[in-house]
Amino acid sequence: MGPAIVWGMKRIDDIPRAADSAVTVRGLVKHYGETRALDGVDLDVREGTVMGVLGPNGAGKTTLVRILSTLIAPDSGQAHVAGYDVVRQPRQLRRVIGLTGQYASVDEKLPGWENLYMIGRLLDLSRRDARSRADELLERFSLTEAAKRPASTYSGGMRRRLDLAASMIGHPAVLFLDEPTTGLDPRTRNEVWDEVKRMVGDGVTVLLTTQYMEEAEQLASELTVVDRGKVIANGGIEELKAKVGGRTLRVRPADPLQLRPLAAYLDELGITGLASSTVDAERGAVLVPILSDEQLTAVVGAVTARGITVSAVTTELPSLDEVFLSLTGHRASAPQDPAPATDDTREEVAV
Amino acid sequence: MSAATYAPDARTAPDARITPRAHLRHTGALIRRNLLWIRQDPESMFDAILFPIVFTLLFVYVFGGSIGQSLGGGQQAYVQYVIPGLMAMMGMNMAQGVGTGFNQDFNSGVMDRFRSLPIGRGSVLFAKIAVELLRMLFATAVLLVVAVLVGFDITDWAGLLASVGLSAVFGSALMWVFLTLGVIMKNAQSVQAMGFLVLMPLQFGSSIFAPTDSMPGWLRAFTDYNPLSSLADTARGLMVGGPVAHDLWVTLGWSAVLTAVMAPIAVHKFRTKS
Repeated sequence: MGPAIVWGMKRIDDIPRAADSAVTVRGLVKHYGETRALDGVDLDVREGTVMGVLGPNGAGKTTLVRILSTLIAPDSGQAHVAGYDVVRQPRQLRRVIGLTGQYASVDEKLPGWENLYMIGRLLDLSRRDARSRADELLERFSLTEAAKRPASTYSGGMRRRLDLAASMIGHPAVLFLDEPTTGLDPRTRNEVWDEVKRMVGDGVTVLLTTQYMEEAEQLASELTVVDRGKVIANGGIEELKAKVGGRTLRVRPADPLQLRPLAAYLDELGITGLASSTVDAERGAVLVPILSDEQLTAVVGAVTARGITVSAVTTELPSLDEVFLSLTGHRASAPQDPAPATDDTREEVAV
Repeated sequence: MSAATYAPDARTAPDARITPRAHLRHTGALIRRNLLWIRQDPESMFDAILFPIVFTLLFVYVFGGSIGQSLGGGQQAYVQYVIPGLMAMMGMNMAQGVGTGFNQDFNSGVMDRFRSLPIGRGSVLFAKIAVELLRMLFATAVLLVVAVLVGFDITDWAGLLASVGLSAVFGSALMWVFLTLGVIMKNAQSVQAMGFLVLMPLQFGSSIFAPTDSMPGWLRAFTDYNPLSSLADTARGLMVGGPVAHDLWVTLGWSAVLTAVMAPIAVHKFRTKS
């Protein structure tokens, strides 16, 4: 359920958008000097879904989030969030969004509880409501123990959780997460993913940016791939995975001499829809692009039937680079493009 | 938590306007934030304590004797002269620090959150000024204690209060200037350097520390029009007697003009800087 859509009475409806669209972006352009951070972006996020915006540094992801959360104004194009125009109705819009930036947007000098209480008051909750909301969210994000400590003493994961909690105070209809796990270790990243999944379970619409295919696959139901300010692909995550080749099966025969025969054998088998395999001689493995679990089962079965001893079988998701390679034919643009100062400094760390 | 929890209630239903009461509430919440900073980091009050002590001792004991002679009364005469000047300076000194602090604050992630919340953009700046004024009152209290210890004779309590008020008015006008610098300049060091370069000549090229009679003509032309001279002379008149009216109007006029010009610029820059 997407509440914001229900009670917007003074919305501007002059761009065509689907009835259940929580975020609608049309032809969005933002320049920084010569750099086109956004170069005509179109985007639709359906209510209650998670849209992943995947792209390398300097692709314009942060610029997009900053425009949608009214921090900067676009040069041209239109964007509506929960039915409100980002340029003409920023105040209404700010009431229905939550934002978590790349860097924890909490006051490090304040204790966790004080951070949440302050934001409650800034969102016009009464003192009592702000207090109980702060307690409730600390509890929910497992921060009750740390409630009285300054946020500067928190671990990276705790800080992100506090940040997420802060974004949830106003019961947002749409939540923007700008690279929510950049700079976190894998365990903490899983923690944050779990929290995001719970929030999605509560019915909030999420737009999240990421550099990792894995993160997109974990959280998003739909994906928009951006590069140099342009959308280069979008669609359901399964659809896109099929497009970019889905997973890669990596089979390592115990005897390196078996590499080529194995690859040839798999190609001759004629498993339905299976693309031809390649040999990674350096790492002693045969790589097989896999589109479905059926294909995976068939290939593993075939290897076993052939009686080849294998020392390792792994499946891998395509890296951002591989996604780009298959979508555009070139590698993800290196972060050498002169991104705007804010984008640059904010995304640098993410490499 | 069920999905229904996300339904907004009437109180938070979108409304473009921010009522005056809401403004007060937002500013109050942000003042609380800045006060909690002080509690978290009491050392941030050191300048408010040390500045009045160091300046009073320095000027009274280093320059006091000789300047006092020219005033016709020695060190005690200088105490009566310089304390009102220092009092007038308090607001200004706090103003100088506000730009540096705000620059650091502005570059922190929490500003993005503030800017994405449905609050008046001025609230963040108003709260900052309110807390700095509280710090100024604290520094003024320290100054008064030191002043009495070095022999300052408080003759007119009403005049004293009035000059504290005037220092606050002029100081907050100046804070808008430094807040603007804090927003537009790249880093805290440049803000500090800028503040120093602007305020230093203004402070010493005024009647705050010494009478201007013995200065060369070209300098007097500057000091006579320097608003800090008017500010110091008004404080002097209010606290130890003497003409007040003209300098008072000049000081209030400068405060009004600075505020009227710089406050909208500060808020605008705060709003539009990406």
